Amino acid sequence: MTTQRTSGRRKQAWAAVAAVAALLTTAACGGGDSDSNGGSKTGAAGFDAANNKVAQASLAKKGGTLKFGGAQDADSWDTTRGYYGFMWNFSRYYSRQLVTNKTEPGKAGAELTPDLATGLAKVTDDGKTYTYTLRDGVTWEDGKPITSKDVKYGIERVWAQDVLSGGPVYLKDVLDPKGEYKGPYKDTSKDKLGLKAIETPDDKTIVFKLPAANSDFEDMLGLTSASPVRQDKDTKSKYGLKPFSSGPYKFQSYSPGKDLTLVRNTEWKQASDPIRKAYPDKITVQFFSDANQLDQRLINGDLDLDINQTGMSPQGRTTALKQHKANLDNPVTGYIRYATFPQSVAPFNNAECRKAVIYGADHVSLQTARGGPIAGGDIGTNMLPPSVAGAEGQKYDPYEIAGANKKGNVAKAKEALKACGKPNGFSTTIAVRNNKPVEVATAQSLQASLKKVGINAQIDQFDGSQTSGIIGSPENVKKKGYGIIIMGWGPDFPTVQGYGMPLWDSKYILESGNNNFAMIKDKTIDGLFDQYVTTLDDAGKTKIATEINHKVMEGGYYLPFVFEKFINWRSDRLANVYTTDGYSGMYDFVNLGLKSTT
Amino acid sequence: MLAYLIRRLFAAAVMLVVIILVVFGIFFLVPKWAGVDIASSFVGKQADPAAVEAVRQKLGLSDPIYAQVWEFFKGIFAGRTYAAGGDVTHCSAPCFGYSFRSEQAIWPVLTDRFPVTLGLALGAAVLWLIFGIAAGVLSALKRGSIWDRGAMVVALSGVSLPIYFTGLLSLSVFVFGLGWFDGQYTPLEESFTGWFGGMILPWITLAFLYAAMYARITRATMLEILGEDYIRTARAKGLKEQTVIGKHAMRSTMTPILTMLGMDLGALIGGAILTETTFNLPGLGQAVLNAIKNQDLPVILGVTLITSLAVLIANLVVDVLYAVIDPRVRLA
Amino acid sequence: MTELSKTGAALGEPTGTSPAPTSFLEVRDLKVHFPTDDGLVKSVDGLSFQLEKGKTLGIVGESGSGKSVTSLGIMGLHTAGQYGKRKAQISGEIWLNGTELLSADPDHVRKLRGRDMAMIFQDPLSALHPYYTIGHQIVEAYRIHHKVDKKTAKRRAVEMLDRVGIPQPDKRVDSYPHEFSGGMRQRAMIAMSLVNNPELLIADEPTTALDVTVQAQILDLIRDLQKEFGSAVIIITHDLGVVAELADDILVMYGGRCVERGPAEKVFYEPRHPYTWGLLGSMPRLDREQQERLIPVKGSPPSLINVPSGCAFNPRCPYADVPKDNVTRTVRPELSEVGSRHWAACHMTQEQRERIWTEEIAPKL
Repeated sequence: MTTQRTSGRRKQAWAAVAAVAALLTTAACGGGDSDSNGGSKTGAAGFDAANNKVAQASLAKKGGTLKFGGAQDADSWDTTRGYYGFMWNFSRYYSRQLVTNKTEPGKAGAELTPDLATGLAKVTDDGKTYTYTLRDGVTWEDGKPITSKDVKYGIERVWAQDVLSGGPVYLKDVLDPKGEYKGPYKDTSKDKLGLKAIETPDDKTIVFKLPAANSDFEDMLGLTSASPVRQDKDTKSKYGLKPFSSGPYKFQSYSPGKDLTLVRNTEWKQASDPIRKAYPDKITVQFFSDANQLDQRLINGDLDLDINQTGMSPQGRTTALKQHKANLDNPVTGYIRYATFPQSVAPFNNAECRKAVIYGADHVSLQTARGGPIAGGDIGTNMLPPSVAGAEGQKYDPYEIAGANKKGNVAKAKEALKACGKPNGFSTTIAVRNNKPVEVATAQSLQASLKKVGINAQIDQFDGSQTSGIIGSPENVKKKGYGIIIMGWGPDFPTVQGYGMPLWDSKYILESGNNNFAMIKDKTIDGLFDQYVTTLDDAGKTKIATEINHKVMEGGYYLPFVFEKFINWRSDRLANVYTTDGYSGMYDFVNLGLKSTT
Repeated sequence: MLAYLIRRLFAAAVMLVVIILVVFGIFFLVPKWAGVDIASSFVGKQADPAAVEAVRQKLGLSDPIYAQVWEFFKGIFAGRTYAAGGDVTHCSAPCFGYSFRSEQAIWPVLTDRFPVTLGLALGAAVLWLIFGIAAGVLSALKRGSIWDRGAMVVALSGVSLPIYFTGLLSLSVFVFGLGWFDGQYTPLEESFTGWFGGMILPWITLAFLYAAMYARITRATMLEILGEDYIRTARAKGLKEQTVIGKHAMRSTMTPILTMLGMDLGALIGGAILTETTFNLPGLGQAVLNAIKNQDLPVILGVTLITSLAVLIANLVVDVLYAVIDPRVRLA
Repeated sequence: MTELSKTGAALGEPTGTSPAPTSFLEVRDLKVHFPTDDGLVKSVDGLSFQLEKGKTLGIVGESGSGKSVTSLGIMGLHTAGQYGKRKAQISGEIWLNGTELLSADPDHVRKLRGRDMAMIFQDPLSALHPYYTIGHQIVEAYRIHHKVDKKTAKRRAVEMLDRVGIPQPDKRVDSYPHEFSGGMRQRAMIAMSLVNNPELLIADEPTTALDVTVQAQILDLIRDLQKEFGSAVIIITHDLGVVAELADDILVMYGGRCVERGPAEKVFYEPRHPYTWGLLGSMPRLDREQQERLIPVKGSPPSLINVPSGCAFNPRCPYADVPKDNVTRTVRPELSEVGSRHWAACHMTQEQRERIWTEEIAPKL
């Protein structure tokens, strides 16, 4: 009784406060101006309000503390070493590059814009020379100017893989394909700037001289691993504990796996930075060992968003969808979830047998296993993610996966089996990571539908943390007879090279850490990639990307499950919030603001 | 008493060396046998074999096992330097290894997280001792009564309900439901009240489980002790009943409780993984869980060693206390 | 029910019905019954006796005859500290120095315990708390009843240890029970019992757990101390030999009742109950050069739940058929005077008993 009365009174009190607040705001705004995206000013912006569009941009205020939570710390906060998508996204708070992704929602967010540089590259010499000039007023956190030599040194660190392992190595492969440079720590030249492919004629100018053209080179320079690092501040393997800031925020404290706090870098000047708004005063990240508690804290309003941006856990998602739908966005992530067929394992050396699996699978059931159309994504019909240039989405569906055959086509599968010379079916093994329950569920779904066409598949769950050693070793795959491997892949940068080269180019078949699981050795595809990297105009690149996708699909190497979607949480406090294809459908962290600074 | 102490200390030291050897063996031999390549998980998506080899060198994984053990032992007393690829990392004594995953020496991680776990374990222990023993004694004195049966039903449920259940329940009721606590951990050095407020739920959750066990053992022991001749003697002397129970019977009842406490505290100090995970307390248990997720072997190794050490020390303390309580033990 | 109350009243007869006791200790119609799942255990079922200061009473009987229950009853230890269990049912009267204990305030009785009446237990090892020093336990016993500081109490403890014959008492006072030999432990126990100069000392099988040589020393000690302190002493034993030289009076118990009671020399030399004869027969004697054999009492002690009807001893009594009309199996014999201050409960006539004793039993002993 008592509690009831109290809560009733409290409710009345809140109602009164809300009424007064409403009156005041109406008066202040003259009653006319309403936010362009709808939704209330104090509350959530609405379901999908920030998906590929900006929600509540005008409400962002300077100041306040932006609170991230996460279930997983970054692999490293060192710009050279990080490979997690969220780390690249987050690193823009404290690190600038020559060029970076536009701070715009959706597709535009995947386009490049000058950052430290005054403009995009001046490309000469048939795409083999890229020249940039640095902006005035760009500084490190101690106030010293950022020079072209700092940029060069930062890029050189990619070569020191023995000390700084973990990050992407595209720049190393493109600038020094023969591996002649040994990295700055073994550099014998006095200034440690011995990499010949990069020239710094003066502190403001930097020139990249590529041995061979690569049409995506500028995209690679947009990666976090192309960030400048100042030599006297390089703590080598420990740099990730406190990176020296070139952006609007700097590290105040960090304890791995526990928490991270960024505060304003007072030496950063708004005028020198065309893209960063730097709304909050402080940015905190708290790590949780239990994803459910993270979701609880988000729903409870203690935190603003999930730094990992990998979607809510099933439990939190269910609650959130029911009670807080206006706080959710449902973006496409850029990931495709699929099964792939190693040609080294019979009978998957025969394309017809591969197609039998594609036809026989129940694609709706696979989608359901992934979480359904909202939490899982649309049924995947080909192998190019929607965010990548040249992608056609569900319009390109050569096996009618999302069409006529979406519940599985037994007749067509049997036909394919006959053509393969296995009219009575065959036995094989599905390899799946044991630490991804959703993937195990898809394996089980696949197993069930394949049984109907006479293919007996047994499921082998392997240690998910040992992926690169188990399915990344072609020898082991052959030995274990893994005919079907369940995996997923997202683009490092949104081009066919940034997504598909490691998967489909025969040059990328490795003894360990292999990702070309299907063992694709197709001269046409290899040739298309070669052609792609020398094609400089965007229209040409897009055309080739589409062509590569078609070739891959025609070969029947892959059974795509979904064009992945996530449910991500945004708190009531967030303003200027939008998802970007530049970071696989995550919210663009760097320009998030708060509606209220208290 | 001194001879007893020296004997115990010596045995503990021998035990520690054995534990280090065994733990080391497990962590360095098993991945080898299982064919798991730790180094390859350190490199990025497109692993370059040369980079994998370089990482292997850096982690010292290509050295023979005895060299690895020797380096490790030496590191504890003399510190250790890891040099690879022009990068030199010094890990000062006591060096319990170095995490190349988070680029930290293990010892500071342990000392940073140890107080959290210790606070959790000790705080919970105080609670469960008070409530467990009180409930156990009352049950014993009112054997067969409604109170006794009720207390034992509660105790049984306490023993059988897992922490992730009671923990999540208390979180959703008191933190997310009623909002009595914010459920955030505040370090003790920052604010005592903040720390205390943040620890109340974890303490209660953990203590609930243990209090149940302690109530049961207290009840059983107390009933047994009450039948002893010396209790009758105490009464025959004209002692008040509260002195008979509180002094003569209690002191004997403490012996098995103390043994249990030593074991439990030792194990908990090694990491109350479930409680720390549920309440997001940055203690050793959470560290080891993260380390398992990230395949951070040195951290797992360090925490395992600390756990063993904690159990060892707890047992040593119990042995000494045992001798203080029971003079007969001093002879053994 | 009727029968029980009637026999009870009859048993009370020797002490008279007057409520005002003249003796130092007077027990009237004491009954101690324990309810159990199997039925009511009548451990003591109507027991009466008196004891004067400076005198010693020996209570003799087999285990289960109710002798220890009687002593604990006098001490009030059946009611103190009984938790949860079904409580003992006690009736009758226990007068100590003019106070009736069963109806007195339990806290008052507690204050008498250890001060006015003290007890020595059978096994000093288990009866002393293993975790406390001898000194601590004696000091504790002293300080319950004397408002003195620890130092004074400790001096008293050393004095007592010295008195009971423990060498180097100032050192041994800090020893633990397990550091003492059995005899020393019992001496310490005695020291603890006597630390408050109790007027009544109950020794429950004080020598049973000890070596034969030590037994004699302890008995001597008890006798000396009794002379010194002038206390009344009850010695409880299953062994008539123990009380032979010590006791002034002897009370033989069987099945929770008294079967023979009288001055020691009468019970030894003119026993008038077949059970007493049996006890004498099973007593090893050093004063006879040739003892043919020990004659144990055949059979086992009676159930205290279903006490045999008639004379409780009849199933084991070799002379059960001597009285006529099967009376031993139907009528419970009452105590009757067989001599001066000498009572026995047997259906046989005086003459029959005298004849059997002198002709059949005595020569064999």
